[in-house]
Amino acid sequence: MARIGVFVCHCGENIGRTVDCHGVAEACKDVPGVVHSVDYKYMCSDPGQQMVKNAIAEKGLTGVVVAACSPHMHEKTFRRATAGAGLNPFLCEMANVREHCSWIHEDREKATVKAVDITKTIIEKVKRNVPLNTIRIPVTRRALVIGGGIAGIQAALDIADGGREVILVEKGPSIGGHMSQLSETFPTLDCSQCILTPRMVEVYQHPRIKLYAYSEVESVEGYIGNFKVTVRRKARSVDEDKCNGCGACTQVCPNKKIPSEFDCGLGKRTAIYVPFPQAVPNLPTVDRNKCLLFMNRAKGRPDTCKKCADACAKGAIDFDQQDRLVTEDVGAIVVATGYQLYTIGKDQPKDNLKGYGEYGYGTIPDVIDGLQFERLASASGPTSGKILRPSDGKEPKRIVFLQCIGSRDPQKGMEYCSKICCMYVAKHTMLYHHKVHDGQATVFYMDIRAAGKGYEEFSRRAIEEEGAQYIRGRVSRMWREGDVIKILGFDTLEGEPIEMDADMVVLATAMRPQPGIDALAQKLSVSYDQHGFINEAHPKLRPVETNTAGIFVAGACQAPRDIPDAVAMASATASKVLGLFANEMLEREPTVACVNEANCAGCFHCERVCAYGAVEHKDIKDRAGNVVRVIAYVNPGVCQGCGTCQATCPSKSVELQGFTDEQIWGEIQALGV
Amino acid sequence: MDATTPAVAGGFEPRITAFVCNWCTYTGADLAGTSRLQMASNVRIIRLPCTGRIDPMFITKAFERGADGIIVSGCHPADCHYNAGNYHARRRFAIFRELMDFLGVDTGRITFSWVSASEGGKWRDVVNDAVTRVRALGPFTDYRKLVVDPVATATGVVPPEHVGKEVPA
Repeated sequence: MARIGVFVCHCGENIGRTVDCHGVAEACKDVPGVVHSVDYKYMCSDPGQQMVKNAIAEKGLTGVVVAACSPHMHEKTFRRATAGAGLNPFLCEMANVREHCSWIHEDREKATVKAVDITKTIIEKVKRNVPLNTIRIPVTRRALVIGGGIAGIQAALDIADGGREVILVEKGPSIGGHMSQLSETFPTLDCSQCILTPRMVEVYQHPRIKLYAYSEVESVEGYIGNFKVTVRRKARSVDEDKCNGCGACTQVCPNKKIPSEFDCGLGKRTAIYVPFPQAVPNLPTVDRNKCLLFMNRAKGRPDTCKKCADACAKGAIDFDQQDRLVTEDVGAIVVATGYQLYTIGKDQPKDNLKGYGEYGYGTIPDVIDGLQFERLASASGPTSGKILRPSDGKEPKRIVFLQCIGSRDPQKGMEYCSKICCMYVAKHTMLYHHKVHDGQATVFYMDIRAAGKGYEEFSRRAIEEEGAQYIRGRVSRMWREGDVIKILGFDTLEGEPIEMDADMVVLATAMRPQPGIDALAQKLSVSYDQHGFINEAHPKLRPVETNTAGIFVAGACQAPRDIPDAVAMASATASKVLGLFANEMLEREPTVACVNEANCAGCFHCERVCAYGAVEHKDIKDRAGNVVRVIAYVNPGVCQGCGTCQATCPSKSVELQGFTDEQIWGEIQALGV
Repeated sequence: MDATTPAVAGGFEPRITAFVCNWCTYTGADLAGTSRLQMASNVRIIRLPCTGRIDPMFITKAFERGADGIIVSGCHPADCHYNAGNYHARRRFAIFRELMDFLGVDTGRITFSWVSASEGGKWRDVVNDAVTRVRALGPFTDYRKLVVDPVATATGVVPPEHVGKEVPA
């Protein structure tokens, strides 16, 4: 006969305010099998946990039900306490009377009835729980980092410095990410490339980092500690082993008018190109969509231009190179794919975005976005650091910055705040002031959100010392008259409309996750929010873990982040990865499927529905060694515990430990009238 | 107060059993709680690892035990924590709902939805909509009347509410 202990938590007032906790504990006393039922202010506190332990010892409990918060919150805590008292931890379960009851109901009577019901269902479940033992599986102590921006670089370096091998996969031809495009960084105005490029080189030279640039993750199989990742190494058309990075090929390429992605379209590049001089690896890449030879091949014409190949003394150019697939075994994965800027000029029906046609981005050449301004201000940029208008190359004397373009706008853009724009616009006004001494910078803002060390001081400095004029309000329309941009807006502090002329306008557009993040997230089976940002496992307590064990998230693919945030997150993922790699064996929850060998008929429906390939065939032999039956066997190391096999099994011969039919039927039974 | 008495003073309050997956909808319901989104208190959640784990028998069992409505909810298509469990659930329930319809069960009593971990508000709407719909449909007594009373079977005495009704042998 079960001897169940029920522990009802008040959670201070969080549960007690709307649920009569003492009433719940009293009501549970009448449930058959319950031998102990109490309530307490804070069950998760030390004395609360001690109550559980004492009751297990004194009352000889065979099961523990804690009616408190979500199992996602404190199941581990109470299972630990249960184990501490010598009872199998899987005989302890949580009844969620906080998130699913007290916090969502105001009627005390109804909430209390519901709390009793919830607790009773879990009591019935626990009565049917059986002791389970933790599964131990081996861990491959190598990590995969996806994305070679500052977050990916930091994560890779930290893990490698911690003594483990890292595979760093970068989609583009070079690592460095958006940070390599920046001119100077807030709030210290130190040169972005000066602090980034040494780290890039360090990645390249690190003995424990294997860099796959110009590569993408093709597929991911497996589970925590045992992932098998296939990486597509896209054809650069350049032999990496032969190329010495001299750059002769790029100088002779006749197609020199291709807008440079690195310069955000403000500069030009050739068809065979190195995205920027400090690129790592310093290898050219043939853009097959723009190369004359490949364009001719696409049209079925013979190869004509081979100038780069002729110029290459090493014979490194290989037009017939194919994509290669390489497979790597890793134990943990860090996702650090970063962000893109909201391309505001265009209607984007796929993402259900309307764009902001009224600002003329894409039609007025002197309306640019924040990253384009970074390239103008960068010493390595298309203007060598001079602030010049894209239209006529003149120095703009009146420059206007618009904040919150696409951010904080549920109607047409994103409802979230992009976080970095207030700061980089303040920085832009300063950079502009340093380079155009007689110019006037004006900023249209909604609020100034300068939360961060030295941030508020920095934005005040832009206004008070560097002469930026800040206008609280929005711009409704911009158009071009001659070479002047006319701006129509509204000053919400003065309560008056504003008309203004500008030579150049910079839009601080919203940060969005990289395109293709959804496809990657699906390969990794991690969840993402409606904007495409990867979901963290817990917004406060597990900020760098995802819902999938062994997969971590860093930087702006999780939410808008500035550099210090991204770096801090990356280091956090590294510490998580190194923690995971600390032991050769990994302990896993034993909630996996288990086959009843006597009943299994060997139909293998379970095998067909298993998403992990965890179901294997097992031969049952007679004494003479002849195979008499073939039945299913679930590999507990591979099984993830979804239970789809159990719902599919016609003879109910496979059972998911911890969620058996007995247990669920017990729960349903408890809800009966 | 007797905590075990259901609050039915204001008229018919449906009993709804929800079968939800641990990763999306259960977490979404947690988020609804963390966000203090107020909703009807008629739903009792049974947590499963995945919607793929949900056996249609659970639903018939819940009806048998007095549920007036059912909610099945899991991760959005392509977002399943277990890659594909929700697809199996979706196929299973497309057929199961047809069967229920064929048997004369109003399919309005069975709600199938996708609620992700970030959709606390959607969970509240799913709950409130299901409660409103099932409340309008009234108590679901038909199924319970078909259930063989264990006492009746043992004693050979048919309970008065079963007299004249179709009771399986």
